[in-house]
Amino acid sequence: MESIESCLDFSGKVVLVTGSSQGIGAVIALEFAKRKAVTVLNFPTEKEQAAAEAVLSEVKTFSPSSISVQADVRSASSVESMIQTVVKQFGKLDILVNNAGITRDQLLIRMSDAEWQSVIDINLSGTFQCARFAIKEMMKKRFGRIINISSIIGMSGNAGQANYSASKAGIIGLTKTIAREYGSRNITANCIAPGYIQTNMTDQLSQELKEAFLEKVYIKRFGLPLDIAHAALFLASDLAGYITGQVMVVDGGLSL
Amino acid sequence: MNTKEILEKAKPIIADKLGINEDEVLESKHFINDLGADSLALVDIIMSLEEVFSMEIPEEDSEKIQTVGQMVEYIANHVK
Repeated sequence: MESIESCLDFSGKVVLVTGSSQGIGAVIALEFAKRKAVTVLNFPTEKEQAAAEAVLSEVKTFSPSSISVQADVRSASSVESMIQTVVKQFGKLDILVNNAGITRDQLLIRMSDAEWQSVIDINLSGTFQCARFAIKEMMKKRFGRIINISSIIGMSGNAGQANYSASKAGIIGLTKTIAREYGSRNITANCIAPGYIQTNMTDQLSQELKEAFLEKVYIKRFGLPLDIAHAALFLASDLAGYITGQVMVVDGGLSL
Repeated sequence: MNTKEILEKAKPIIADKLGINEDEVLESKHFINDLGADSLALVDIIMSLEEVFSMEIPEEDSEKIQTVGQMVEYIANHVK
């Protein structure tokens, strides 16, 4: 029987983490690199390039052949060329973590078309674009792990986040369909649904709101990006080979 | 490339995707009814053949391809 440690050794595996120049994505990428995966970072525009390079230099201390690729996940051609870059360089793509996401909070009745659409485009359509081009490659190798970052807000809704909650709920449905369509090709697809995780995205919330959240978290602390990365490592590993189409909630009990 | 050459090149790919022996891949065989392909397997086969023969088979054409023979003939008529 393989040891748990060896299952969490990703030597020889290639992982792509979208939106990994900062926040949860950067930590997920770093944790994969620490466990020897060839790690592909992704960032959307030149604006994030410096941040991505900083993450990459740390990633490379653990996994020297890792790279970063600029690609706008909303664009089919941009995503296709990113996946082609990965496959040309490393011969395959084993693990895709669809992490790229934004918020544009606003009450529904005041929400502009642009606020609605930008969140749906990046969070939901971006996940679709990356998944479809990645799966084509995964099918050839008869192996794949797709990990989509949803949110507990996708299951509960949240005042002020009509766009975000719809996008995150959409990701759950998309994930379950991928699980059904490609299970026979040894490709699993699962969601992680984070609760309140300390990042730039959540730092913007008011102190009052933060304290209100914390009151409902049974594990008496805010979540860390590392908590999400650990779930991603598990779902990507051989330990989770029989888990597909599921939503793993990582929220310290917030949604109970 | 003639149809015989195409068939020989396509055989191992089709057999591999369907988990069958190469000698079962005959021109008369229907992918779904005879060879046990499902819709995903068929797409998988088409994607691989597109790559091997450096061509594209549009959706509306691929829907009409039901037998190994039709596939081979299509490739023969469209490959450059």
